[in-house]
Amino acid sequence: MDRRQRLQRHRQRADQRRLRFLALSLLLAAGTALPQDSRKSGYEFMSRETQAMQNDDVTGPAVLYLLDGEALWKRRAGASDRSCADCHAAGLKGAAARYPTLHHGKLVNLEQRINACRTGQQKAAALPYESKELLALTAYVGRQSRGLPIQVETTGEHASYFEAGKRTFFRRQGQLNLACAQCHDDNAGRKLAGSTIPEAHPTGYPIYRLEWQGMGSLHRRFRNCLTGVRAENYALGSPEFVELELYLMWRARGMRIETPAVRP
Amino acid sequence: MARVVVSVPPSAKKGEVIEIRTLASHPMETGFRHTTTGELIPRDIITTLVCTYNGAEIFRAALHPAVSANPLVTFNTVATESGTLEFKWTGDNGYSVTASAPISVV
Amino acid sequence: MTTRRQFLVIAAGALAAPARAQLPPNVAQLRKAAFDQAIRDVVGAAPVRSGKVKLDMPPLVDNGNAVPVTITVESPMTATDHVRAIHLFTEKNPQPRVIGATLGPRAGRAILTTRARIADTGQVIAIAQMSDGSFYSDRVEVVVTLSACLEEGLI
Repeated sequence: MDRRQRLQRHRQRADQRRLRFLALSLLLAAGTALPQDSRKSGYEFMSRETQAMQNDDVTGPAVLYLLDGEALWKRRAGASDRSCADCHAAGLKGAAARYPTLHHGKLVNLEQRINACRTGQQKAAALPYESKELLALTAYVGRQSRGLPIQVETTGEHASYFEAGKRTFFRRQGQLNLACAQCHDDNAGRKLAGSTIPEAHPTGYPIYRLEWQGMGSLHRRFRNCLTGVRAENYALGSPEFVELELYLMWRARGMRIETPAVRP
Repeated sequence: MARVVVSVPPSAKKGEVIEIRTLASHPMETGFRHTTTGELIPRDIITTLVCTYNGAEIFRAALHPAVSANPLVTFNTVATESGTLEFKWTGDNGYSVTASAPISVV
Repeated sequence: MTTRRQFLVIAAGALAAPARAQLPPNVAQLRKAAFDQAIRDVVGAAPVRSGKVKLDMPPLVDNGNAVPVTITVESPMTATDHVRAIHLFTEKNPQPRVIGATLGPRAGRAILTTRARIADTGQVIAIAQMSDGSFYSDRVEVVVTLSACLEEGLI
């Protein structure tokens, strides 16, 4: 098959996706959450070759971080002289699928909960947000939930945070005056600057992003999006980002954790 | 921190062609990037990977800046005898990492 | 007080300094010349035939920072008839060489996999050097797209 035919086939597939999405949009009222059965992980918007990198459990680009994460999990730290493994001998299967959640009255994500353990239980220094160590450890903990469905609390005490995150998702921001929903609800599957817009389900974080040539967190990805719409950015770990993370995890409820994912 | 990963089948039949996969943790800074103020970021890459099988060199690769960060190099070799495969990565700024993997050939 | 002439000299010097971060205007020609020269350095004056080599790459790349590449060469890989080396080059990168692997009969199969950086849409060529001194190649035209939503400082 020559190049033109290959690209033609690729375009046809993209067109089919668009048609399917258009048909679906016509059936939906505006502003409702994506229907559960037709939601797609970012994995499905990638090429076969990039998918293969995510599937490679031996020499995939995220593997080095997982190995580092495993070493940190086993390493004794802080005044307590305990490792994660010492207390969590049975592992933390299922934990990553439930975050963000409330911890001591504050909404925290998995990275922040890990640090709360480091400072509170291990009596060790917190790992800086976006440091290689925190990414590796978060990836290692997240990996233990791979394949499990996302399930976050959004009612009761979580409700106000959830609503705040939802408002952020639908609020126009930045000089380009775009809301997350406009790209990721209304135009998922279409192209932006040569890349396909995914539906923005945080199923695989922390991810190895080919663009970063390394691993990074969901909040780093948020910052890239806000830079994209030329908006004033929030800090990594900020309450605004954690609330948005809660909304996105609810939006992705039932979808399977893929951590650590590979994304373009 | 994990520097390298090598994947060698633990056992093979004599004469069988086996796949060897290697992964090294390295930014492979190309030397073509600039900071936001226009300063050139100097090159810092792995330049060579050598693999020996019971002391005999079976594979050598010269890597250039166009190899992605955290370089993956996969190749094949014939399982000739039991022993050890040794791997050595060398690069800029005195980078040097070794690893080894045993193989049992029946 | 600086004269107008002194001011112009200083200003010209200040303007010349940041030029190191700019690309020359004929960059495409320079890179094509470097690409041709890099291939000549490997094959010399010998002809490069097509066939035997298979360069496996995605035709449309998700991200140019990490493009999976597999090069396979048909060869019995015996002591008298084998692949001596496999070389990979790109046409549009700032520097054309990607990887050069030395094989031999002990390889069993002439195959090499790596992940390459491809800067821009263009040709990628794999050249195999055989034990009898002949060269074979395969080329692929790759389309590289730009990621959306990048970091500050990149836009």
